Amino acid sequence: MAAYLARRIVQAVLILLGVTFVTFVLLYLLPADPARQIAGRSATAATVQSIRQQLGLDLPLWQQYLRYLGNLVQGDMGRSYIQRTGVAPLVWSRLPATLLLMAGAIVCELVIGLGAGILAAVRRGKPADTTVMVASFLGVSAPQFVVGILLLYVFAVRLQWFPIGGYGTFAHLVLPALTLGILGGGWYSRMTRSSMVDVLRQDYIRTARAKGAGERRVVYIHALRNAVLPLIAMIGLDIGIFMSGAVVVESVFGWPGIGQLTWQAIQQVDIPVIMGVTLTAAVFIVLGNLLADLIAPLADPRIKLR
Amino acid sequence: MRTLMLSTALAATLLCATALTPALTAANAAEIKNGGAMVVTYKDDIATLDPAIGYDWQNWSIIKSLFDGLMDYEPGTTNLRPNLAESYQMSPDGLTYTFKLRPGVKFHNGRVLTADDIKYSIERAVNPATQSPGAGFFGSIKGFEEAAAANGALSGINVVDPQTVKIELSRPDATFLHVMAINFSFAVPKEEVEKAGADFGKKPVGTGAFKMSEWTLGQRLVLERNPDFHEKGLPHLDQITFEIGQEPTVALLRLERGEVDVLGDPIPPARFLEVKNNPANKDLIAVGTQLHTGYVTLNVTMKPFDDVKVRQAVNMAINKDRIVRIINNRAVPATQPLPPSMPGYAPDYKGYAFDQAKAKALLAEAGFPNGFDTEILANNTDPNPRIVQAIQQDLAAVGIRAAVKTLAQANVIAAGGEKEGAAMIWSGGMAWIADFPDPSNFYGPILGCAGAVPGGWNWSWYCNKDLDAKAAEADAMVDPASKEAREAAWRDIYLKVMEDAPWAPVFNEQRFTMHSARMGGPDAIFVDPVHIPVNYEHVYATDVQ
Repeated sequence: MAAYLARRIVQAVLILLGVTFVTFVLLYLLPADPARQIAGRSATAATVQSIRQQLGLDLPLWQQYLRYLGNLVQGDMGRSYIQRTGVAPLVWSRLPATLLLMAGAIVCELVIGLGAGILAAVRRGKPADTTVMVASFLGVSAPQFVVGILLLYVFAVRLQWFPIGGYGTFAHLVLPALTLGILGGGWYSRMTRSSMVDVLRQDYIRTARAKGAGERRVVYIHALRNAVLPLIAMIGLDIGIFMSGAVVVESVFGWPGIGQLTWQAIQQVDIPVIMGVTLTAAVFIVLGNLLADLIAPLADPRIKLR
Repeated sequence: MRTLMLSTALAATLLCATALTPALTAANAAEIKNGGAMVVTYKDDIATLDPAIGYDWQNWSIIKSLFDGLMDYEPGTTNLRPNLAESYQMSPDGLTYTFKLRPGVKFHNGRVLTADDIKYSIERAVNPATQSPGAGFFGSIKGFEEAAAANGALSGINVVDPQTVKIELSRPDATFLHVMAINFSFAVPKEEVEKAGADFGKKPVGTGAFKMSEWTLGQRLVLERNPDFHEKGLPHLDQITFEIGQEPTVALLRLERGEVDVLGDPIPPARFLEVKNNPANKDLIAVGTQLHTGYVTLNVTMKPFDDVKVRQAVNMAINKDRIVRIINNRAVPATQPLPPSMPGYAPDYKGYAFDQAKAKALLAEAGFPNGFDTEILANNTDPNPRIVQAIQQDLAAVGIRAAVKTLAQANVIAAGGEKEGAAMIWSGGMAWIADFPDPSNFYGPILGCAGAVPGGWNWSWYCNKDLDAKAAEADAMVDPASKEAREAAWRDIYLKVMEDAPWAPVFNEQRFTMHSARMGGPDAIFVDPVHIPVNYEHVYATDVQ
């Protein structure tokens, strides 16, 4: 176990190093000059040059990259060209909202996905199954902004049950989490259904039924536990995806998460911030996967970590 | 020796006499009861509140509420008036300005402002270590070159006594008082800047009408009244909350529900007509002109735009009325580089009328009877792609086949700054609003030779030495008595530019600001031409009246 963990951590560090390198080179190749952007319209060439020097933009690429890595090791992600403040505090300030939305979205996904998926599997071929599959298809295909604005219009503007966007209370969380939950739930329900259908055909389920276990016990204890494995891997991936920001949903609901920060930074070509959020997202994707792999043996003791 | 002098009292008299000034006289202001709060929304972050650095839509007016400069403008107008200065004197040669400070002005930390702070603040903006995008505005102050190359210490700024600062210029500069009203010159307290270090922009301390009370990054900025503000009776509001990250569409819904008072961003295009034509909103939407011109630059160093006939043909080919309709009439067609509300604008000049036949004839004369292939760059944010597509269609109608390339703002700027980087650029979305209401502001960096350098902002690479000389002459006309002659000189310069047609001016934006019924004040306050977008000090709450 310890050896496994150590190996995975080394792998993770290598992956992250790769991410920094690729991102750094891509951003370096962008045809935009940050020094000029900072210096503004009225600047003289000397001013631009001085800023370029201060930011180290006059150095060769490899030196710039090493400098970036050197600072990174010390926890310094650089300073935003536009906001003129440290990247770390910017990303940090967005984390609580992002984590909250992630948690809310995953809960919604699981409730919707598991519920619908189990129902469809147990009622396979019946109208309930068809209904769930059609609905999940809609959920998977609908663009986030359509679902988001629809929910916003019906439940916030018309019915006034929830605030129109913003952040702060539980009521603010419901609609954005539900929007993501409906979309993710579509995937989860299909996955749950196929996995459950597969498991329900197994011999040990027949055995369980034969020894007189109730249908509830068969479904929730014997089948579900085995069917849930692929879902765990998926949640691991979701953690990474949500941490890199639910850009569209965050925009629609005015949710101050990492997605908003990313979108703004890209539009303004704020290179240090783009680097920072990319790296943060990569860390969470790697961690999410690792977490999923570590949890898997708990659900299925046959899996051994080696 | 004759000195020109303008005091606050004199300015006030002049103000009352001017018919153009909106009804915001002292008597009127006294009747307004103070108190109440306001919620303003913005989509993008308020980047920094450091006056030496902040240069965008969100922070421009917030900085004006937190800090002050020697000069400012009468609210809702483009008329200069003293602010931190109580009075000023200009020497007859226009090379020395002596500012007498208003006594007893206090920073938010309680310390009294002195002449040293003025010197420190301007030098800080010029110091290359500050990386101020506004450093170049101070170019006429004596010793600027040395200061910009070293540590910002300007030999031209001298503290006479704690209440008096003398600024010497290396050349007469008619725009100098505007520069003393621009955010980059605003007074900051040295001790607070040193305490906060590079994060001063997140912990602003100034002399302004409001002081910062809370800033949750990416979410909310709260300002509260500065009880010691030097202008009696201002600000009207006790508190302003800026909510960040709010899509204009959602912000509008919230305004309609009464949760938001002012939309900091424009009314979303999809709902613009519906909202504007709703009679219930008649008093809630303020309309104002903006010191803005949207134009297409034609790179005069690149074939075939090196031929003036081709450039004139482009000017005639663009159907400006149609483009204005495409953006829901949120602009007026432009005839010249200057916008109509800018001094020096030529109201009688009609520009190049839309005339496809004549455009084709000019192209044929220039040797392109079958047109030619070229490229046009534009910013990729709405509505710019739609506008540039309309321009593309118009050009195609006369035979000019322009491939459209929409890019992020920074990439367009980079391409424009390369000599052969872009044949045509649509300027929209590039934040080109005048820095101050003076005709010179549309020349230097964007039409003069100084901007036609690698990394410059003169994207048509137009360089006319004669006009540069005329511009320098006009800016040397510093005597207030020659104001009209100076405006006429500038008018001529821009009409000459139009003959050479390095630009095709397309439209001048108009601003529509929507506010709730809870907020009162003259329309001019909500579309202030200088305190962009809204003059926060002069807005009042109707529910405390």
